[in-house]
Amino acid sequence: MNTALKVLKADDFASDQDIRWCPGCGDYSILAQMKKVLPEIGIPPEQTVFISGIGCSSRFPYYVNTYGVHSIHGRAPAVATGLKLARPDLSVWVITGDGDALSIGGNHFIHLLRRNVDLNIVLFNNRIYGLTKGQYSPTSVEGQVTKSTPMGVVDHPLNPISIAIGAEATFIARSVDSNIKHLATVLKRAAEHQGTSFVEVYQNCNVFNDGAFSYAQDKATRDDATVELEHGKPMIFGKDKDKGIRLNGFSLEVVNLADGKVKEDDLLFHDEQADPALVYLLSRMRHPQFPEPIGVFRNVEHGTFEKAVRGQIDQAVEQRGRGDLQKLLSSGDTWTV
Amino acid sequence: MSTQAPSAIEKPVEYVSGITVRLVGDSGDGMQLLGQQLTNTSALLGNDVATFPDFPAEIRAPRGTRAGVSGFQVQFASHEVHTPGDTLDALVAMNPAALVTNLADLNKGGLLIVNDDSFEDKDLKLAKLNTSPLEDPSMENYRLIKVSMTRLTKEAVAEFGLSTKEADRCKNFFAMGLVYWLYGRNMDATLRFIHGKFSAGKSTIAAANEKALRAGWAYGETIEALGHSYNVHPAKLTSGTYRNIMGNQALAWGLLAAAQRSGKELFYGSYPITPASDILHELARYKNFGVCTFQAEDEIAAVCAAIGASYGGQMGVTTSSGPGIALKAEAMGLALMLELPLLVIDVQRGGPSTGLPTKTEQADLLQVMFGRNGESPLPVLAARSPGDCFEIVQEAWMLATQLMLPVIVLSDGYIANGAEPWKIPDVSKLAPIPVSHPQENNNPDGPFKPYLRNELLARPWAIPGTPELMHRVGGIEKEDGTGNISYDPENHQKMVHIRAQKVANAAKLLPPQSVEGPASGDLLVVSWGGTYGACLTAVQQAQSAGLSVAHAHLRYLNPFPSNLGEILSRYKKVLIPELNMGQLRMLIRSRYLVDAIGYNKIKGKPFTVTELVEKISEYAK
Repeated sequence: MNTALKVLKADDFASDQDIRWCPGCGDYSILAQMKKVLPEIGIPPEQTVFISGIGCSSRFPYYVNTYGVHSIHGRAPAVATGLKLARPDLSVWVITGDGDALSIGGNHFIHLLRRNVDLNIVLFNNRIYGLTKGQYSPTSVEGQVTKSTPMGVVDHPLNPISIAIGAEATFIARSVDSNIKHLATVLKRAAEHQGTSFVEVYQNCNVFNDGAFSYAQDKATRDDATVELEHGKPMIFGKDKDKGIRLNGFSLEVVNLADGKVKEDDLLFHDEQADPALVYLLSRMRHPQFPEPIGVFRNVEHGTFEKAVRGQIDQAVEQRGRGDLQKLLSSGDTWTV
Repeated sequence: MSTQAPSAIEKPVEYVSGITVRLVGDSGDGMQLLGQQLTNTSALLGNDVATFPDFPAEIRAPRGTRAGVSGFQVQFASHEVHTPGDTLDALVAMNPAALVTNLADLNKGGLLIVNDDSFEDKDLKLAKLNTSPLEDPSMENYRLIKVSMTRLTKEAVAEFGLSTKEADRCKNFFAMGLVYWLYGRNMDATLRFIHGKFSAGKSTIAAANEKALRAGWAYGETIEALGHSYNVHPAKLTSGTYRNIMGNQALAWGLLAAAQRSGKELFYGSYPITPASDILHELARYKNFGVCTFQAEDEIAAVCAAIGASYGGQMGVTTSSGPGIALKAEAMGLALMLELPLLVIDVQRGGPSTGLPTKTEQADLLQVMFGRNGESPLPVLAARSPGDCFEIVQEAWMLATQLMLPVIVLSDGYIANGAEPWKIPDVSKLAPIPVSHPQENNNPDGPFKPYLRNELLARPWAIPGTPELMHRVGGIEKEDGTGNISYDPENHQKMVHIRAQKVANAAKLLPPQSVEGPASGDLLVVSWGGTYGACLTAVQQAQSAGLSVAHAHLRYLNPFPSNLGEILSRYKKVLIPELNMGQLRMLIRSRYLVDAIGYNKIKGKPFTVTELVEKISEYAK
């Protein structure tokens, strides 16, 4: 009998379904990186479940050969929470979008993060409603002209990373669809984290909001428009690695390293376990005033929800013995006729 | 009918066949507790009992006002009772507001016991009264007993050095003691309750409450105004061991039983809502049964988490009341498309919108039947009494697992908070609910087919973790068999029919409709849910009066039992009393083309037997 564990490959996670995203959509890249990362994590397909809501990104579960639920708009975190509580043995991923997670599902999103259920949530942020054909989303920028905002968006957008910090998420990261190596690394680290891992992915919708993240995607601009967060290392960016981020009082500032006046040691060193207030400051760095951080913003250990819940059940069984239904029904005052 | 019997104490005891008492006071006066104790004690004495707690939605409504009145009615009898009684043999009123809002229900010559100390000018003003109702000439219609309960309680507990507020709070136990003496109720169970409730560090309070209880009893023994006490012989119930049970409690225990019978762990997702929250409280206590209770961030998350648990192979259950069920509607549609077993329990209350949170109504029937987008039928079952909640959720879970679909159970505020004696079932005699999860791929030519069906049209419940059976489910229409996304017109029509037929197949797993009374005749009374007791009693009374009337109580509202149409055709007229505007009537009329007559009451209160008998007499001739 061959007892050796099968070596998993990306193909093991490919389903037989035709992919129905628009040609050129950023979702393809995220799917490809996910299929590359899943075998590296080493959890077999039958132990893996993808749960999604509604939207372009939420078709994702159909395209991976694992277990999957394509649920209803905004509710994937709730379905996933129930599944994980029922089956802590499973590896659970939530796939969502900016409208799904932050608008209709905003409530579930924050509660998932604060509970720290051990699952991974990947938010495809394209700053637009794609599947309903081009209305503005909660991450659309002010002034953005869309089908439902012909005179421009007037709402102030939500910042997903800031919200995650507010909800005290234990793992918060950001990556970019086209930056495939970086994306793969971040997804893998998300999978390894115990607790809710939140990953925002800048994803280009080439039909309804093309180029929304071109500054972070294009080779010509991305080195100056993004800064890669590396734990324990100074925050340096720019094509020539000649710019840095420095903490000045309660604010961050961009400093020039080229003239030698500011040294590397003066820069902010990224710390994944830093005080949430500092992580919040990082989340507020917005293009073009700042390079936008990509990588792991925060990675801290905290007890998971399902362990605490199952722990109480185990404790109750230990202290009171396994429940006896007949005893329960006959408890308290009874009389016999 | 009464017989004089010698008493152990000086005063004689009069035995009567049944007593209906209502206890009314401020919502902070402990009337619900008093009522529950009287109910439990009467049940322990072997009486049949039925209760009707009636309280405001506010936790501490303005003191002394009419809006703040909280009441508890109980009927205990030496015969079977199915209702808390129409009119009162005795009314215990703790203040003027409680008195004037309840006096109309007291029988002429009935006993009226009031706390005399709370009829001062300020109390009258709070009740918006210019003069004391105790001075009203109509008082001659009743046997008025004025008791200085506040003062007597204070004197009785003086030795314990309680604060004025603490001493005052003992007065419901004084009232209880008086009522217990009056009806020969044994104090033991209540004494056990007092000492159990106020144990750790509160033994002084416990001792004071016991003293107040005993003082109330002694007061009854002593005063001249009460010449004798009453008592009620035990009822002739079928043999067995009994306990007193409330609807929500029975429902929670039924869920435990269903989980055990099916070899599943119970996953219970819920969001607090009146009058369903007690189910959450109850189940949260039984973690040692392997129960996982999840208080979700909202109603939608509660049902979605339950769906997730069902997908994972556990027993997913969610409960709510009307407003919460409205929020869960989309997710119920999802579960229907996923074809996963799920229980959705609606403890109905007065609506629409927030409506009357603490009052009862049966107005969610059409919501649970039709309150989802698309063609989305689901089985609907309705409990008829507190004890029945235990059975019905097990039956619902059997259906859910055999047919692989969500099943809706209706209860209501009247059942949820009501209590009745309940014969404790023998757990070892509860048959298993067979549930299996496939381990083998059912498709030799390719990937597992999650929507391949058995003879009942149920799909296999394949769960994550099973090698080779990976599959995706979702809310988008799917191809039969493979479950792949399909927008094919013929497939959609086929799937809609399959889902409808699956619900219709439930009738094959359920017993046929039965009728109480003649197999044909002038009138058939058709009822469902919590009006069972009142309708049954009314029909029995009408039958005793010689009317040609029968009673069919529907437990299965979707699908209807297969023989229902034939039953309806055997009577000249069909009367459907409902605590709504005629929702079952609409279903019956459209399904069977029967010109059913409605009798509809939407007051947040149950039917009285009297009003039903009047209606029956009108049509059964």
